[in-house]
Amino acid sequence: MPVLNNVQAVNYALMQEMERDPSVVVFGEDAGYEGGVFRATVDLQEKFGVERCFDTPISESGIVGAAVGMAINGLKPVVELQFCGFTYPAFNQIISHVSRMRNRSRGRFTLPMVIRFPSGGGIRALEHHSESPEVLFAHIPGLKIVMPSTPYDTKGLLTAAIRDPDPVIFMEPKRIYRAFKQEVPEEDYVIEIGKANVVKEGEDLTIVTWGAMVKDTLKAVEEANKKGIFPEVIDLRTIAPLDREAIIQSVKKTGRILVVQEAVKSFGVASEIIALVNEKAFLHLEAPPARVAAPDIIVPLPRGEQYYMPNPDMIYEKILEVVNFLT
Amino acid sequence: MLVDQYSPFEGKMLQILDKDGNVLDESLVPQIPDEDLVKLMKTMLYTRTADRKALMYQRQGRMLTYAPNEGQEACQVGSAYALAKKDWMAPAFRELGAWLQRGVDLKTIFLYWYGNEMGSKVADDIRILPVSIPISSQCLHAVGLAMAARKRGLDEVSIAYFGDGGTSEGDFHEALNLAGVYKAATVFFCQNNQWSISVPKHFQTASETFAQKAYAYGFKGIKVDGNDILAVYVATKEAVERGRKGEGPTLIEGYTYRLGPHTTSDDPTRYREEQEVDEWREKDPIKRFRIYLERRGLWSDEMEKQFVQEADEEVERAFKEVEQSGNTQFDDIFKYQYEKMTPLLEEQYAEYKAFFQERGML
Repeated sequence: MPVLNNVQAVNYALMQEMERDPSVVVFGEDAGYEGGVFRATVDLQEKFGVERCFDTPISESGIVGAAVGMAINGLKPVVELQFCGFTYPAFNQIISHVSRMRNRSRGRFTLPMVIRFPSGGGIRALEHHSESPEVLFAHIPGLKIVMPSTPYDTKGLLTAAIRDPDPVIFMEPKRIYRAFKQEVPEEDYVIEIGKANVVKEGEDLTIVTWGAMVKDTLKAVEEANKKGIFPEVIDLRTIAPLDREAIIQSVKKTGRILVVQEAVKSFGVASEIIALVNEKAFLHLEAPPARVAAPDIIVPLPRGEQYYMPNPDMIYEKILEVVNFLT
Repeated sequence: MLVDQYSPFEGKMLQILDKDGNVLDESLVPQIPDEDLVKLMKTMLYTRTADRKALMYQRQGRMLTYAPNEGQEACQVGSAYALAKKDWMAPAFRELGAWLQRGVDLKTIFLYWYGNEMGSKVADDIRILPVSIPISSQCLHAVGLAMAARKRGLDEVSIAYFGDGGTSEGDFHEALNLAGVYKAATVFFCQNNQWSISVPKHFQTASETFAQKAYAYGFKGIKVDGNDILAVYVATKEAVERGRKGEGPTLIEGYTYRLGPHTTSDDPTRYREEQEVDEWREKDPIKRFRIYLERRGLWSDEMEKQFVQEADEEVERAFKEVEQSGNTQFDDIFKYQYEKMTPLLEEQYAEYKAFFQERGML
């Protein structure tokens, strides 16, 4: 079984799907000859030719808009936008067309396409390279938003995204692109979009998180375990559609909820999850819902990033606070 | 090739019929069967009839916001006539003539303007995308459609419609750039109708023509008299054929005029002179084509009278049907967000449905 890191798992999934389905095409800025700035598409052009894996001009709206036309005309485009902060020029296409074409045409034109991009901070990069914009996409009806946290999940979720009949925003936490390796099965498998993963079972509180924060959360949980506190950790895997059932079931068991997100605190995915818990499990709550998130500031440049990114220590402190409420 | 003979840099504009229906250059007159010439006339007249009635229905409070076409019929009908059935059309929102020429039934078109998405669900065998309101965004879809065709080994061509104002948008430039780089078989059809709501051409661009913009992207552009259906047709036909042969995109500027308001919410008397409108009425695309056909013995007052009367009745029937059955079904607003409703949508669907059912609204 191959042992891969996260970015290799992206490449592996693309390779297998391109092999399996000749309608899959992969393109983006530097995604062809060079194989992408993170090498996520490396070797694909050599293996499948320039018609199926190719470079584009620096033209994010163009990449996504052309993908719309291609998807309507029988292809399955998997486009790479180079960085999270460069998705914004494509926003009009995403919000005005990608998300709406099925509904607008009452099911005649559908867009089986994937928009993938590296997301999140922590790699000491330039401005616009460290953003966590998942909620901007999650607020748009008609889209699915996926963010894996392990190589195994990356392959299974990306494969599912490519085969999905609807457009999927596939966000890759770049901080953990090469952070660790894992065995990734060669055989065909998919991880269902819309289903969360309980990565650690526990009784004392529910922690919901996703992407790169899963790893930080597990670190904090390890510390908590030493104090005799056993949180349940849910990795969302999919931001939208949210696995509401998994969250509610867990909170009903633990009575406490903490959401850990890398993005700024207000108006975010965490806010939505807490609203959901209040609506569906209010009487089960034994402590106020809590959030660990970045402050509501613009992502600082690398010399200030350590004050912005949520970290295991911060998560650990919040675990204690929620568990010890009124004791 | 015409696109070489009529360089926009030399101030040239392709014109076959002048405003009085005189043939300026016999050698340019396309070989169109008589039967089709008559059909083109009828489609232009039908477009105008439906357009005027849509405006009237809106004024009567029966139709919602509508974007009138009057004056641009030749641009739309002539260019759409140059396409094959397998080709793709990516319209903006003022292309009634192109929709009708493409074969979409008026009832479907009216249903859209009546305010129901079912009006964008065109028959599967008609290759036209839904109305695209964000300016020029559809230009990229046209490029993608053509790129996909090429990759799949098909010789389909795409056409994108947009206006003079549309050339100021980033998506227009990204679309032309991509089409140039990939030699996409896309015809970019700019209906230069002189006004982007209230803003005249010189505030949109410092370029002398819109057609010349193509050259910056490595392909050719041509300016045609957009009120001359023969000129529009031959220019589009040539562009389509070049695209089909793998020779890449073409930009066509149809020099025309919007005789009516931008939409039914607009009052053009606030920003333009009546005299200007009158001058353009003299250049009416239907008027000159009528004279041309009459001289060829293909058309008469009597034929026109009879056709317009029939068209009038047919349009009325189509709209009445829409009025009777054009309201949106509750289920439809939930049903098409995804292939399958998500658990969240299922819950919201049930909740909202119960609310409206309790009040007898469903």
